[in-house]
Amino acid sequence: MIGEANIRMAEAVKPVPNVTPQMAPFFAGARQGQLLVQKCDECGTLRFPAHATCINCLSAAASWIAASGRGEILSFNVMHQVYHPGFAAEVPYAVVMVKLEEGPKVVSNLVGVKPDAIRCGLPVEVVFERVNDQITLPKFRLRAAA
Amino acid sequence: MNLRARCAIAGLGATRMGRNYDHHNAQGFALEAVELALADAGLARRDLDGLLVNPGVTWIGDAMASFGLQQAMGLRDLRLTATMNAGGATAGAMIMHAVQAIAAGMANVVACVFADAPLKPPRPDAAKGAGGSAAAYGFARGLDAAYGLFGVNAQYAFVARRHMHLYGTTNDHLGAIAVAERQWANLNPAAQFHREPLTLAGYHDSRWIAEPFHLLDCCLVSNGALCVIVTAADRARDLRQPPVYVLGMGQGHPGGDPIDTLASGAPLAKAVAFPMAGIELGDIDVVELYDCYTFTVLVTLEDYGFCRKGEGGAFVADGRIAPGGALPVNTGGGQLSSFYMWGMTPVSEAVIQVRGAGGARQVPRHEVALVSGNGGILSTHSTLVLGAHP
Repeated sequence: MIGEANIRMAEAVKPVPNVTPQMAPFFAGARQGQLLVQKCDECGTLRFPAHATCINCLSAAASWIAASGRGEILSFNVMHQVYHPGFAAEVPYAVVMVKLEEGPKVVSNLVGVKPDAIRCGLPVEVVFERVNDQITLPKFRLRAAA
Repeated sequence: MNLRARCAIAGLGATRMGRNYDHHNAQGFALEAVELALADAGLARRDLDGLLVNPGVTWIGDAMASFGLQQAMGLRDLRLTATMNAGGATAGAMIMHAVQAIAAGMANVVACVFADAPLKPPRPDAAKGAGGSAAAYGFARGLDAAYGLFGVNAQYAFVARRHMHLYGTTNDHLGAIAVAERQWANLNPAAQFHREPLTLAGYHDSRWIAEPFHLLDCCLVSNGALCVIVTAADRARDLRQPPVYVLGMGQGHPGGDPIDTLASGAPLAKAVAFPMAGIELGDIDVVELYDCYTFTVLVTLEDYGFCRKGEGGAFVADGRIAPGGALPVNTGGGQLSSFYMWGMTPVSEAVIQVRGAGGARQVPRHEVALVSGNGGILSTHSTLVLGAHP
């Protein structure tokens, strides 16, 4: 029994997001090394993740634009509980909330930094991590402050 | 139309709480709690003409939960029913709905009930693993899940961490809330943690869940149900229990992102409820706050104005909210240490305190109680001001 459980654990993969029609442009951008956010065609308000209408003017017209990929750690937490077997080997691991220079917030991971070294306010920049042919995930690394 | 003291809570019914498998689903617990509340008030089933239900996590998929409970209880000719959900603010919202309907002449005796049954009896043959309450509260969502973000604990942890960063709030501050509530629970025989003392060191020793939250920053998981009976004030005076008058009530749902404001809807809700009740902060004798997390208590104290924004940590650090402190808060042990019945946990404890029925934990002054409800990530908020006198 224990052996079987270990095998299942070793084979467990992290959840792979579905490419919904709304988010398809985002994943297409990520595959090409761009971090895209939605911009309202009417009033210019930026939003992320994708939403059918603008929170400011309720317009449904929107385009995807490339963000700079720069931002700072707005907040973070360190996950100790295994909610999905794909993360069992990584606990404790950090999840960060990045506030992009352009304003939108993005949930992600910070690569190359141990959880206990993460602080709010750290300047970060996007990097891209390929998962499979369809999915590339934007993640972040530290950058020198401007 | 001022609704101050037009209605009162005349009955309170509580099942056993926690690892309680007396019923196989939430509706079974709800039925028991309604019966207990009617008996407490000295009323019978035929007296009920309103039934409002806040279904917990395991009942929430039933959009017609209140009708299902009506049928299960054989209740005929109701004039008010609804299955309501504004998260942890629902208990307050149900009582408000009941008061409004009674004041409008639409109903006379309304049962408001919360029930849930997320815990299953232990099965010796079942392997321990994924599932259970952690899975029920996991709420895995597309892109977030790819980064390992699961559950409400982690969402609240983002907000708490930001508060720590901006204001210097520490785990010692959060721990002071956990310890204070545990001290209250140690005085409450109905609390799940009644027999287990807690020190600040014990708080720090509890395992991490989602930093900055330890296990003991997070509320319990409970099977059970709570019901209150709301009726007109003059009718309540003729019933078995001392009336607990609804003096003021309000709601506040700020929208936007709490990580930007680090605040709840309490200021909005208070601005309606306090003038209705004719009270100010200093008139409040006992405070029952929604406490899904220690941090929620800290923020809510700030938002009602007991201290300034950012000063919640220092405010709770010295035992001020513990037994014997200047401001009694969550005097039954709250959802952290007594039981997790969403917004009904603070409502029920306020009813007990205002009646003067708190036994070893009874606070000496109990004329006016403040009750908060909070849902989502500081998304929805309800305020009730309850009092011993009209």
